[in-house]
Order: sequence, then structure tokens, then C-alpha cells
Amino acid sequence: MTRRKSERLMNLVIALLVSRQYLTKDRIRQVVEGYHDQTDDAFERMFERDKEELREIGVHIDVGSFERAFDDELGYRIQRDTFELPEIPLEPDEAAVVGLAARVWQHARLAGQTSSALVKLKAAGVPVEPDALPALEPQLAAGEPSFELLWDAVITRTPVTFEYERSSQPTRLRHLEPWGILSWHGRWYVVGHDRDRGATRMFRLSRIVGDVAPDGRPGEYDVPEDLDLRAEAEWLGSQSPEATATLRVRQGAGWGLRRRATSTTEIEPGWDRVEVPYAGRWQTAEEIASYASDVVVESPPDLRDAVIAVLRGVAGEAA
Amino acid sequence: MTQSARDQVPRMLALVPYLRGRDGIPVDQVAKDFGVTPQQIVKDLNVLWFCGLPGSVTGDMIDVDMEALESEGVVYLDNAEFLSRPLRLTTSEALSLIVALRMLRDIAGAAELPTIESALAKLESATGEGATLPIEVHIEKADPAVHEATQKALATGHRMHLSYLVPSRDERTERDVDPLRLLTAEGRPYLEAWCHLAQDVRLFRLDRVVKADVLDIPADPHPHVPRRDLSEGLFRAVEGNVEAVLDLSPPARWVAEYYAVDAVEELPDGGVRVRLRIGDTGWLRRLVLRQGGHARVVEPVELADEVRECARLALTAYGG
Repeated sequence: MTRRKSERLMNLVIALLVSRQYLTKDRIRQVVEGYHDQTDDAFERMFERDKEELREIGVHIDVGSFERAFDDELGYRIQRDTFELPEIPLEPDEAAVVGLAARVWQHARLAGQTSSALVKLKAAGVPVEPDALPALEPQLAAGEPSFELLWDAVITRTPVTFEYERSSQPTRLRHLEPWGILSWHGRWYVVGHDRDRGATRMFRLSRIVGDVAPDGRPGEYDVPEDLDLRAEAEWLGSQSPEATATLRVRQGAGWGLRRRATSTTEIEPGWDRVEVPYAGRWQTAEEIASYASDVVVESPPDLRDAVIAVLRGVAGEAA
Repeated sequence: MTQSARDQVPRMLALVPYLRGRDGIPVDQVAKDFGVTPQQIVKDLNVLWFCGLPGSVTGDMIDVDMEALESEGVVYLDNAEFLSRPLRLTTSEALSLIVALRMLRDIAGAAELPTIESALAKLESATGEGATLPIEVHIEKADPAVHEATQKALATGHRMHLSYLVPSRDERTERDVDPLRLLTAEGRPYLEAWCHLAQDVRLFRLDRVVKADVLDIPADPHPHVPRRDLSEGLFRAVEGNVEAVLDLSPPARWVAEYYAVDAVEELPDGGVRVRLRIGDTGWLRRLVLRQGGHARVVEPVELADEVRECARLALTAYGG
């Protein structure tokens, strides 16, 4: 069965590709093996399904009228320039590097997509044999169940809806026009236009509960041209320093803080004074508290108070 | 059933142009290049034999030399000029490839960078993807000096000396390592290396390497050392055999999402009780200290006492 279907689809592709004019449905039914022994209804259904399957594997079928005099009669063809992979003039060392891409995705479907892209390049005569740089192995995982649907939604610009959970509040149904997805420290986020809020929002995929469902038609919205996912990713991480902490740090300890120090001076045997620029008072206070008695804040006072509050919380004393 | 036609048709559309100019290629080689079994390639060829120009008499069908295939295991395919080039990449294929190459670029050394950049530029222009890529993967940058030294040691096969921070124990350690590979996990570059101090394979997060020197000693090859499988996540790979139970109130619930925890039980105050396995109580002590009371150790009881005592001792420095 598979065999006959594959054969029919191949013959359909070849017929539409070599034809210099639009082929009518009747003509297609005559010339493509596997169609002409069908009843009218069966042929219609089969032809619609076949077109859809070809579209899914990336074959674009053009619809148009083949003769001006009979412009009610629609026909089909495949334009060679939209069908064929264009020339990619990769040098042998560039091709070898491209071959390394096959190892990156730790996600079955995306790894498959990369492999099929590489097979096409090989078929175009590009020697993508990954024998260069064997010691470089970047890895990209996507374990969140919602990843695949959002990947597709972003590519096809399809609105989606999903239940989203925010720190212990009840989940809420969200309606989103997804613009792009980004990975930050191993976690995936989706950025887009939140239809409920009428504003740009970012959602963490691991907080999506249950399924992501389509909520409109593909291509229903436009993505802003100035969308800068790199900037969004950087926004997730970086904060510019807002103050400098003066700390007493025990020698041989506080290594994470010492790395970011602008100055370190010994003040007494066993202890250094360390100056560390920081952003985010509470976040810094929590980090300092984690060193317990190996790090003591001298200034500023608000950071000192924050560290005392964190430590009191842990000690079980009222703040 | 449908699924295999969906795999077979794209493969056959690539197979025909692939075989042009490869007359007499062994079917095993074809199978290897396509990532399928030789039997599957033979099945594909058997289908292609029945494909060709529309309304065909036999002469217009794709010609496969079945005799050579059966007797010598080699492939000759002819009369298929109408399929001279493969199908263009789908958006999803192009994106998966470009994203993967960008990751490679982000951890490549100065020597390989120009090659990767130009390959990327050519692919992006040929596929029309790139300028407004809807996918972004952020890779944390390591200290350039550390990164370059690591690249150089890997490329030339030399041993390295690392000054490496171990945050869970708040230690700066000195060790010689034989580098094996540079990888990324959870958005950060790591060096996997044989550590002469631990006498085992270790992962070193590059941003925790304070100093890296390439030594004038060839690295041992360690061909039989198993590489770490990171597909299950990093933390799982370092889990140990001490079992701990933590109560997390709402502000500390993220801990349950962030680390691999074995069991999660909702608490009446909106918090959650988790069970996790740890290799190092020092790590857990520091994690709990920074939660300001929002994380409480339930078990082991000694650790709960230790953490409270630690916090009290630290408070004495503030006259509290």
C-alpha cells in the first residue's frame, strides 16, 4: 500500500514538474498511474490528500488557469525554481563544518529535520562529511512537551492558546500570536503578542500546562520587523551593576564573589576586603548569605540589612 | 502506513539527484549517507523503477539496473534528468540546520570561526532564512582567554592546567586535565576532560575556570573512557546518594522546577514538599541558606540543624 502511494506521489510530482502548462484535474487523472481506476469521489478525495501530503513535505503546487479562453478551468503545476534547492557554493571545509550540525539537536524530530536537510545537501553534491573539529559538540535539548507545537506555530505564524501557570497562582488560559522562541540556560521561552493583554509577553514553556492548541489560521498575523530575539534573551539575563558592595571575605572562601571583584586587599590575617559591583539587592544578599560566616557585608547599609534578613529567615528568627 | 510514504517520498526525491554522477556506488554507502538500512534503499529503488514521465510507455520510466543491484550490490540509475536537483529545504529543516550551526559558531575557536561564519552566510542566503530568524539560542560567553586556551589544547592534543572554582564547596581547585571535547549544556560551554586529580572524567563549566594554561605535555588519549550522555540534563548527571526532603514555600517553588526532584507533594500553604538525591550536603546547605527561610530542610535532621546553626553563627558578625 505504501509502495503504491509512494509511486503515485512520485509520478504526480514528476508530471506537475515537467509540464510546461497547468494540468487540469482530468488530465492528471489520465496520466498519473493509480488515479484512473478510481471512482470520481475516490479520486477527488485521493487527489486532495495527495496535494496536502506534498505540501507537508515542502512541495509547493501552483494553481492557475491553463488557457485564457477557459478561465473557469483550474489547473496545477510545480514551478521548477520553487521546487529545486538553489546552488549553495560551499567550499569543502565549509561543507564539513555543516555536517557537524547533525549532532547538535537532542530532540528526535529536530535531529531528523537536520538530517534530512543534510541529505538534500549531499544529493546536491555538497560533501557534508563531518570529519572536521570532532571535539566540538554543542548540544541543544528541548524536553518541554509544548516545544514542537510552538516551533511549528512560530514557523507558520499560527495563533495558539494554552493554560499557563504562574508561581502557585491558578492556571489561566492564554491566547498568543507567537513571534519567536528562544532558549536561555537550557530553558525555552516563547515571545509574542498576548491577545488578552494586548501587549508583548514572554512565556516559559515549562510552565505551560497540558496541550498547546491552534487558535486561528496559519499566517493570520505579522511578526514585527524589528523583533530582536537576541535582545530579548539578553534582557532575561543581564542587569547593569547598580552599586558596589564592600565585603569582608575569609581567605580561601567566597570564590564566586572574588571572581567579580574590582579590588581585593588583605585587612588582617585570614581576611580580605573585597569590592564587588552588583545588580539586584535581594539577589546579591541571597548569594552572600549562602557563604554564611565566610562573607560579611560592611556597606552599603541596605545590602547589609538584606543579608541580615535572609539569615534571620534561615535561622528561624523573626525578621 | 501513511507515515512511511511521508518518509519515502522525500527520500526518493533526494535519492534520484544524489545518484547522478555516482554510477556504480555500493548500496551500503547510499544507505549510510541517507541514514537508513540498505534494504530500505533497495525498496526505494524498486518504487522508482515504476516512476517516470506521465503517460509513459516503458522507455520513459526511470531506469534502475536491477541485475547489478542484486548481484553486486551496486546502484546504476538512469533516465531521470527531470529530477536533477533535490527539493529545497523546508523552513523547519533550514531553521534546525542554521540554529545548530550558530551554536557551533558560538563555541568555535578563532581558527574555525571564519569557516563557520561563511558556511552560515551561504546557507542563510540560499534558504532565505537568517535575517529574521524566529529562533534564538543564547550561549553564555566564557572568558576569551580560557576559551582560546581550551580550543588550542583540544586542537593540538595537549594537557591543560586549570584553576577551577567548585561553588558547591566554595573552593578554588588546581588540577591537570586531558581535554576530550568542548560541548554546551543548558546554554553554557563545558569542557569534558580526564581529570588527573579525580582520576576520572569530569565536566568543567568554562565560566568557572579562573585560569587555563596549555602545558607542554601531550594529553593522554583515553580512548575507552565513556562520554557523558547529557540528554537527561546536567543535574541528573551529578546526583548522589544522600536523600533529602525539603519544604519550599511559594517564593522558593522554582527549586522544584529547576532541579531534578524525585517527588512533589503540595502543601496547604501553597508550597510544595520535594525529595531529592544529592551528592554533596554542602551544595544543599548553600541552596537553603540563600532562600531566607523559604526553603526548609526536613530530612536529614542533622542537616536541618546544621543550616540553622550556620545562619546563627553568620548573624553574630552583624552583632545579632
